[in-house]
Amino acid sequence: MAIFINETTRIIVQGITGKIGSFHAQDMINYGSNVVGGVTPGKGGQTHLGRPVFNTVKEAVRQVGAEASIVFVPPAFAADSIMEAADAGIHYCVAITDGIPTQDMMGVKNFLRRFPIGERMILTGPNCAGTISPGRAMLGIMPGHIYRRGTVGIVGRSGTLGYEAADQLKRLGIGVSTSVGIGGDPINGSSHRDIFEHFEQDPETEVVLMIGEIGGPQEVEAGQFAKAHMSKPVAAYIAGLTAPEGRRMGHAGAIISSAGESAAEKVALLQDLGVAICPTPADMGSTVARLLARLSGR
Amino acid sequence: MDIHEYQAKELLSGYGVKIAEGGLAYSPEDAVQRARELGGHIWAVKAQIHSGARGKAGGIKLCKTHDSVEAAAENLLGKRLITHQTGPQGKVCNRLYIEAGADIAKEMYLCFLVDRSTERIVMVGSAQGGMEIEELAENQADAIKKIYIEPAVGLLDYQAREMAFALGLDSETLSHAVKTIRGCYRALRELDANMLEINPLVLTGSGELLALDAKMSFDENALFRQQKIAELRDKTQEEPRETAAADRGLSYVGLDGDIGCMINGAGLAMATMDMIKLAGGEPANFLDVGGGASAERTEKAFRLVLADKNVKAMLVNIFAGINRCDWIAEGVVQAVKKIDLRVPLIVRLSGTHVEEGQRIIKNSGLPIITAETLAEAAEKAVAARNHVVAQQG
Repeated sequence: MAIFINETTRIIVQGITGKIGSFHAQDMINYGSNVVGGVTPGKGGQTHLGRPVFNTVKEAVRQVGAEASIVFVPPAFAADSIMEAADAGIHYCVAITDGIPTQDMMGVKNFLRRFPIGERMILTGPNCAGTISPGRAMLGIMPGHIYRRGTVGIVGRSGTLGYEAADQLKRLGIGVSTSVGIGGDPINGSSHRDIFEHFEQDPETEVVLMIGEIGGPQEVEAGQFAKAHMSKPVAAYIAGLTAPEGRRMGHAGAIISSAGESAAEKVALLQDLGVAICPTPADMGSTVARLLARLSGR
Repeated sequence: MDIHEYQAKELLSGYGVKIAEGGLAYSPEDAVQRARELGGHIWAVKAQIHSGARGKAGGIKLCKTHDSVEAAAENLLGKRLITHQTGPQGKVCNRLYIEAGADIAKEMYLCFLVDRSTERIVMVGSAQGGMEIEELAENQADAIKKIYIEPAVGLLDYQAREMAFALGLDSETLSHAVKTIRGCYRALRELDANMLEINPLVLTGSGELLALDAKMSFDENALFRQQKIAELRDKTQEEPRETAAADRGLSYVGLDGDIGCMINGAGLAMATMDMIKLAGGEPANFLDVGGGASAERTEKAFRLVLADKNVKAMLVNIFAGINRCDWIAEGVVQAVKKIDLRVPLIVRLSGTHVEEGQRIIKNSGLPIITAETLAEAAEKAVAARNHVVAQQG
């Protein structure tokens, strides 16, 4: 199976009755995702988009066996909703919300660490486009039709740049096993490295593409992990070659604030770690194609 | 969001951190008045700009007479100070902080910040203050002490003591040091700061600990619950176009190049700028128009990018996901018809309904250059820019 979600995964939408939650819940249903309900505190008992609405995540787990959730709750309340999901026994949670305070995310990460591994919810995001296993399930806000099913695992910080990558791959006839958005915030649920671990274990993934950007240590940490623990080839593109130091480029986390955080430095470090660097953002597809060709030639 | 030194000091003094006495001045007369009120015979006249390293840029002047306070104030007010943190355009000084001179026996460094690797607050200190921490890290890395704070329990007393001893303080000042360090941590947590730096923290001849400088930076995502902090924003310290963009809900960063950009999504925006550079050009800006990209928003974005007189060509790159290329194309056509576009425009659309989108652009009768791929878009933008430059030259 693909990582995190497939066609049978029981999905709930936290914030399903809101405008944005409602829109994307319908889109996920149309894609074929197994959306079994939603949560909006105070609206329990209602039906929305033909699905039951619950007051709490625990009720959704108990009554419809929810396994995965997607969070569209506004920034001030999103951290609370994520922790509610973790406590209710949700296995996999995608947080779409943009604008969650950093200290709230520190609290979320600390809360998640209380659960022993195995019982600990996997969180991706916030401030991301979500996760898709093409042809099986979509837990996100991406345009599902641009992804072709295949064997490339994608992990990236950005939404539209991830779409660009999927589009380049599709034009070359290459498909995706799972694409995971980890989001553009400084403190996020899962890092590139965390997702690498899952792709390495996934029998359907042959090559991994990492789409990183300036700021923070996560791309290089993932490269170190790949060198030490991965048998699968990794390609990477790091956005932000032209970004000046100390300026935030859209994403809360896209800021060069210390040594090693610029695109050029990350590229150099990743190259040393044996990662195949996409020389330009127009070469994400061709770089992956080359890695795949090398595998089939073996 | 950054604030001024005097604002940070005021906040910190509310958390039990001692600061040297001082006052704010908007004119040379104010400055002299503040010096009179403070008394004594030595004063620091400090430019209030959103940047560190002000001393090296001539932004801090020590004065021994009222006349020299007045002269220093006259010199600094209205002046643009350039430090390595402000960029070449510098930052304008409209406010001064007049501070009583301190009798300094020892200078130290203390800082708290969010560490992205451990996802914790890290407290950084050194017995060698005054210098910039980057310099210190390079030359004397072992002179820096780092202590990571567990978020569930917060800063513990033993950690504060450990830091106090690392700063080279002795048992006489220990309880005051612990109070200062704990106060800083509380301020950081309660006010949603990302960073709090005291450089230097000084020990005076009479054994007092004073924050002689203070710098704080806040999490913009948390301003909704920090109304008092949000009110400290000083727009004169921001680039006017960036302020205008932020007020319109657009994310814009001005750069030195001459190819204007309008893109949806921060990652794709950075990638498009990279592509421009790799094609031999330089981007004039970063601009994320966001997912919506309605006709109205598109027009606002066009006006913003074109307000930069350096712009010699403009590149629009939109990946329509939930959105549709035909809607975006309509928006672009409407915006171009409304504004007075005097530079070549290159549009690349991809994603949902791309063929319809391209047809709308082609049938508009407007001189818009279209491109299919990212590489082609960047190459065409650079070529168009070069053509404009050649014609002008």
